[in-house]
Amino acid sequence: MATGAIRNMTGGESLGALALAVFGVACLIIAGLTDHGGYAFHMVVFALASVLAFRAIIVRRYHGDGPQPQEINGKPNYNFGPVKFATAAAMFWGVAGFLVGLVIALQLAFPVLNLDLPWTSFGRLRPLHTSAVIFAFGGNVLLATSFYVVQRTCHARLAGDLSPWFVVLGYNLFIVVAGTGYLLGITQGKEYAEPEWYADLFLTVVWVVYLLVFLATIWKRKEPHIYVANWFYLGFIVTIAVLHLGNNMTIPVSITSPKSYIVWSGVQDAMFQWWYGHNAVGFFLTAGFLAIMYYFIPKRAERPVYSYRLSIIHFWALIFLYIWAGPHHLHYTALPDWAQTLGMTFSIMLWMPSWGGMINGLMTLSGAWDKLRTDPVLRMMVVSVAFYGMSTFEGPLMSVKAVNSLSHYTDWTIGHVHSGALGWVGYVSFGAIYCLVPWLWKKERLYSNRLVEWHFWISTMGIVLYISAMWVSGIMQGLMWRAYTALGYLEYSFIETVAAMHPYYVIRAIGGGLFLLGALIMVYNLIMTVRAAPNAVEKSLAPAAGLQPAE
Amino acid sequence: MADTTHNTHAELDAVSGQTTTGHSWDGIKELNTPLPRWWLWTFYLTIIWSIGYWVVYPAWPLISSHTTGLFGYSSRAEVAQDLRDLEARRDLQAAVLKTAELEQIRNDPTLLRLAVARGKAAFGDNCAGCHGLGGAGGNTYPNLTDDEWIWGGTLADISTTINHGIRWDQDTNSRMSQMLAFGRTGTLKAAEISTVVEYTRSLAKLDVANGADLAAGAKLFAENCASCHGDQAKGNKELGAPDLTDAIWLYGNSRAAMIETVTNGRGGIMPAWTGRLDPVTIKALTVYVHSLGGGQK
Repeated sequence: MATGAIRNMTGGESLGALALAVFGVACLIIAGLTDHGGYAFHMVVFALASVLAFRAIIVRRYHGDGPQPQEINGKPNYNFGPVKFATAAAMFWGVAGFLVGLVIALQLAFPVLNLDLPWTSFGRLRPLHTSAVIFAFGGNVLLATSFYVVQRTCHARLAGDLSPWFVVLGYNLFIVVAGTGYLLGITQGKEYAEPEWYADLFLTVVWVVYLLVFLATIWKRKEPHIYVANWFYLGFIVTIAVLHLGNNMTIPVSITSPKSYIVWSGVQDAMFQWWYGHNAVGFFLTAGFLAIMYYFIPKRAERPVYSYRLSIIHFWALIFLYIWAGPHHLHYTALPDWAQTLGMTFSIMLWMPSWGGMINGLMTLSGAWDKLRTDPVLRMMVVSVAFYGMSTFEGPLMSVKAVNSLSHYTDWTIGHVHSGALGWVGYVSFGAIYCLVPWLWKKERLYSNRLVEWHFWISTMGIVLYISAMWVSGIMQGLMWRAYTALGYLEYSFIETVAAMHPYYVIRAIGGGLFLLGALIMVYNLIMTVRAAPNAVEKSLAPAAGLQPAE
Repeated sequence: MADTTHNTHAELDAVSGQTTTGHSWDGIKELNTPLPRWWLWTFYLTIIWSIGYWVVYPAWPLISSHTTGLFGYSSRAEVAQDLRDLEARRDLQAAVLKTAELEQIRNDPTLLRLAVARGKAAFGDNCAGCHGLGGAGGNTYPNLTDDEWIWGGTLADISTTINHGIRWDQDTNSRMSQMLAFGRTGTLKAAEISTVVEYTRSLAKLDVANGADLAAGAKLFAENCASCHGDQAKGNKELGAPDLTDAIWLYGNSRAAMIETVTNGRGGIMPAWTGRLDPVTIKALTVYVHSLGGGQK
């Protein structure tokens, strides 16, 4: 440990350390008071995290790790530490989430794999899968890329000294608390919003800091205009904050209990839930990932964005229309007809604004289509945009009440979600991470383009198997449910429709397995890139632009 | 957009023939391509279609109500009408089933067809969960397709079972008797249970342990079991006591399973369906179950 050069703590460090100390002690007190084992465990986790963070703040003064200069030699001194962390975390959670998805797919085909244990039952693993892939994998991809893109396109260092680290570490701590909570049976039973009140409160703090870091970075930008990717990121961050607060308005039973009750009741609660649920798709999985598309595709293709005007129009149309579409999740329920009508019509009007992103993504390739032959990373991102176009056509289609009366509650919905999740979100994330890792670790190129090819083809096969199996089984299921005999009785009992799904469940599991296999190849390729790929030669101008992988 | 017109950094893109907006972020530029016409017109079309839909259907909330649309459409009214239509269709058949006796239904091919159709649909959603889709039972749920009936296999017996259930304590007419827990209550000691189990196995022609005292077993059986299962162990349907001499064992015929049965007793439960299903459906179910293969006169 260095001696003599111990600097004084900054105001931020003092405040942070104080907050951590208070928080840690409070968590320990609650852990001692509660008689709920899982809740006590979570409070100890929070306390332990506080101790580690407190120690890190105290110790960094001995290593000369203080606030960094904004610029070095007139060039922005980018802060890539948190970006690297979130990138690695994304791959870790991605593999974990895909694996749990494979397990629950197999459980549906072979129920014995529930193992008759509460912790491994489908009911607990399913939210673990959805949260792991959406919030842990997708969330870390969004954190990593947004912190990278906002610095690059604002030509400014990320705002804050400790704050960016608080955001990425705090977010991942939330993931740990949420995920272990599901396994222990702690849930508020709201789809995609399962974590209980204390985890929600913690996430709120993390998210507000995220918003502030992002805004402050934009505030001190050196570019006169704000790049389109940053509008999408900002739209995503702000709206997710609003959705999170609206759908998690709960009153805890007591501070020593993990249980809480939502203030909304009956159909209002259902409406809040799907306003939240649909816009988690709209703003987390669409707006956020469109931001990724808007940076990484033109960057990789080395072509200008197709249309600035389209980006403006489709951004505002998307933001305005998406927020109304939630009621289409509640067709033919207790939700009043007028709300169902609005949900459906706004979904239809959303079609073109969604496709605006697809057009801008695909047409940016004009003049660079030949690169698809040689660059599997760019190909992955372009295929992701194609999947985006397909799911954003299928979504409005399924929101039409006549179609929905067939598709709702069937596996068609699962297939639809996964063409968006595996095809769009998965592939654009993989593409972005394949770009980011060599840029962040200052490598000349990826370790192996051949492995990217393998990843691409294996997982594409997996996606096709997955979604086509779910289309067939979903439509079959819907038709079986509504089939009547000539005498006016249901043709099939429910259990017959379940039995009919079995082969498709097996095919779906195979598709999921291939997708996981592809991701494992990617992890290997990325680790080898960091360890063995040749270092990049420092260029004087536009460093990232010069770091294209060798063909 | 306004500032793009007087931007001095705008360049011409050779590939597309468009100019850029003049901005550059980390090397990324943007073209000034106008909105694709087909995109714009499709967007307008979806908006016009939506406005039309709002006129026709309930759409916008007002202060204390909502716009009702041209025809006053209501999805609740629609589903209620659908259900009424369906009921009307079924009632035509229900009317004849309602007045007919069970025997009459079984003997009339037309009535039987109607009853089986209604019974099969009801069975799939209410009974198959335990008895299996084909009624073959399994895993402590009785098989309804064979001719071994615990509580009787005539139409009347089956009707009583479905109406009132088995050991369903909310129905005073439910079939309540059950296998006693001879071991747990201290009536028989562990050694005695083993002895009587070996004797019972000998009746069922199952393998018997070497040196088992069958005479003592027979005595224990006569004192404790025969009152329900009968002197010959042929069972008693009045009491739901199964035949112990055949090959059908609801709870298994391993030595351990039989010792468990005698030690802790057995008493599976079936709910009473009176009140949950309408009388015609129960009648149809009765005939359907009777028709599965094991129905008795």
